[in-house]
Amino acid sequence: MSINRRQFLRRAGMITALGLGSSFVISGFRKKEVAVAAEFATTPKGLQAKRWAMVVDMSKFKTEADINGVIEACHKLHNVPKFPNTKDEIKWIWEDDYHHTFAGGHNEYLDDHVLHSPFMVLCNHCENPPCVKACPTQATFQRPDGIVSMDYHRCIGCRFCMGACPFGARSFNFRDPRPFIEEVSAEYPTRTPGVVEKCNFCYERLADGLMPACVEKSNGGLIFGDLDDPDSEVRKIVSTKFTIRRKPELGTQPSVYYLVGGGEDA
Amino acid sequence: MYKGGKIFASLIIFAALFTIPFFYNMGKVNAGPDVALNTAAIQQLPASEQQCVESPEFMRANHMQLLNQWREEAVRNGQTVYVNSQGKEFEISLQDTCLKCHATESASKPAVLNNPVSTTAGVSNPALNESPEFCASCHDYSAVKPQCWSCHFEPKEAAK
Amino acid sequence: MLEKALSGSKRYWIWVTLLLAVIAVGLFAYMNQFNNGLGVTGMSRDVSWGLYIAQFTFLVGVAASAVMLVLPYYLHDFKKFGKMVILGEFLAIPAVIMCILFIFVDLGQPMRIMNVILHPSPRSVMFYDMIVLCGYLLINLVVGWTTLGAERKGTPSPKWVKPIIYLSIPWAVSIHTVTAFLYAGLPGRHLWLSAIMAARFLASAFAAGPAILILLCFIVKRVSKFDPDPGVGAIQSLVKIVRYAMIANVFFYILELFTAFYSNIPEYSAPLRYIFFGLDGHTSLVPIMWTATALAFLGIALLVFPTRKNGAALTIGLLSIITANWIDKGMILIVAGFVPNSFERVIEYAPTLNEILVTLGVYAIGALLITILYKVAISVREEKAS
Repeated sequence: MSINRRQFLRRAGMITALGLGSSFVISGFRKKEVAVAAEFATTPKGLQAKRWAMVVDMSKFKTEADINGVIEACHKLHNVPKFPNTKDEIKWIWEDDYHHTFAGGHNEYLDDHVLHSPFMVLCNHCENPPCVKACPTQATFQRPDGIVSMDYHRCIGCRFCMGACPFGARSFNFRDPRPFIEEVSAEYPTRTPGVVEKCNFCYERLADGLMPACVEKSNGGLIFGDLDDPDSEVRKIVSTKFTIRRKPELGTQPSVYYLVGGGEDA
Repeated sequence: MYKGGKIFASLIIFAALFTIPFFYNMGKVNAGPDVALNTAAIQQLPASEQQCVESPEFMRANHMQLLNQWREEAVRNGQTVYVNSQGKEFEISLQDTCLKCHATESASKPAVLNNPVSTTAGVSNPALNESPEFCASCHDYSAVKPQCWSCHFEPKEAAK
Repeated sequence: MLEKALSGSKRYWIWVTLLLAVIAVGLFAYMNQFNNGLGVTGMSRDVSWGLYIAQFTFLVGVAASAVMLVLPYYLHDFKKFGKMVILGEFLAIPAVIMCILFIFVDLGQPMRIMNVILHPSPRSVMFYDMIVLCGYLLINLVVGWTTLGAERKGTPSPKWVKPIIYLSIPWAVSIHTVTAFLYAGLPGRHLWLSAIMAARFLASAFAAGPAILILLCFIVKRVSKFDPDPGVGAIQSLVKIVRYAMIANVFFYILELFTAFYSNIPEYSAPLRYIFFGLDGHTSLVPIMWTATALAFLGIALLVFPTRKNGAALTIGLLSIITANWIDKGMILIVAGFVPNSFERVIEYAPTLNEILVTLGVYAIGALLITILYKVAISVREEKAS
């Protein structure tokens, strides 16, 4: 019996497909058997909320030291590297002036004091986060408590979320960050090159029953709490005083509120 | 068969090249990985704590799935406690739970993280990527490189 | 049929070797990027997409433009395009492959690319873009290969391809629409946040794509015995398509300019002011954009007036249109979408040498694929003719 080339190729192809297919079926079944006979739970000491939010009390940030202490606390804890080249820069929380923070509709007659006050800027943990919608792998996702979180294990580094974020809150690891971390903190992992990162409202500290690092360091300048809880401090400030948010017209519903000139008349 | 000689000669050469590693290592004694399951760190623990989160057999076969599950639950679902098959609770943390026992001898090494000034800018520092010896003992043997240590650290004691 | 690409003249092999050399250089540059991270590119925290994504955008248009041959030929029985349809399909295949490669080289963690399938995210436009691009590649491979194979045997194409051919028409429109949605759905990027984006994308694609195809036909006519347009006026019909598509493209662009500048909303006009006049003293794109503007009008003029019948003038006109579109879509649109940034600061972008080499490498892969596919198609036609 002789077969021609076409028949040979066809049969070889069928056998290969059969082999690959059956090995996949077998390994697929095996994978299901591995289910661990165990459960997962949250810690009782963890802080819970329906929607975490932050109020930045502008009256409490007067000097550079107030600002830098807060930034340092966050960046040190989270192993945020310091790149000499601003192109590769990574930042979770930083400062900017009024005009750039609240871009659009610049009022030139605004008091110098407001114009030149430093505003703390960080991820807004929007209620409708465009970055989460954009992410093709759900590497960035919204937790039930409102925190927009990052799964660095899953991020493919497409940077669609950076294009989607209207607040410039996201940074990308253009280079290996590790050689650029001055003082390493063992409290939080570093990142691998090629993933996006940003502020995570210190969810790892909330799970341990602690307030975010920046809040702890701010001497009351940053107020953190559950916006859904009518008795929380953030809710009281947001409902009774005049606060502003960045680009509210985009409908993303930022969770970071700025209390401007609220300290004295409170 | 058309060009049969050439085809068979090529097939034999291909098979020979492909099987070189097997012939090369034939008859040689295979040492196998030496997994340190009874390190000083583990011995210091009280007897009740010396058992891993699951049985050694289970861990040997399924630690990768377990780690993946831990990762998903802790990072994505905020579930930071693992209740094992005996009902015992563990904090989900590669660094504080796994490496508490499995960091082994690397604790005696000099500073794991060195000064950034001494490293070439932008180049990964190899000293950082070294996995704890417990993992390395098997993973080096089977040439499967875990990605964990490009971000995670060895435990606090080891990092100092 | 692929064996036809394995025999060719000396010139053919010199060309293939040259392309392989460029690919090798590109691969080397990519290894550098792979090992050292995307820091070797000019992209930054503020301009987080650059040359790669821009090429992707431009090439999706080239891929989609095959529909400009398929639609008249199969739906309107426009026989003139009979000999050219296969060239259109065989241009679409390398174009889609280049698109996928440009996405791949843009990733920070390319080894994790399968996460897009492992964790499908139906809320992300990127998810749909992956589906339509892979689908379009498959459709064109099946249709191109089957019709050419049937032609080689001298039999009519099998019946089952017909529905796939018809499917390819809306599918081609969808790939460029979905690509436009990648940008047009993002809040806070005002240059992209425009309802006319998808229409503009299609118009510029139907100008640049067929223009490239006509130039390829000129080359085919020179280097082989096969004439894709044996005096039936297929090329002049394509020229008409290019001309009107380009006019529509310019018209759509003017609509954008009017809305942005007459409304005078700062966020909308700022990126366009940056492109055409410079912003806060940053003007690196201004000369490039005005070049594109001039070329666009030159190209239209050369294609409107009887110069379109003149070989040299037509070539210049088509090259002008391709370049104008490439500058607009393959460079400026993506980069300027990030300028000014979310803090109204101007941070400029310029590609690095490494980035340019990787880009050239991907284009060389595309050129090699076009060469191989066209060689197969031409050889089949030459075989039939002799």
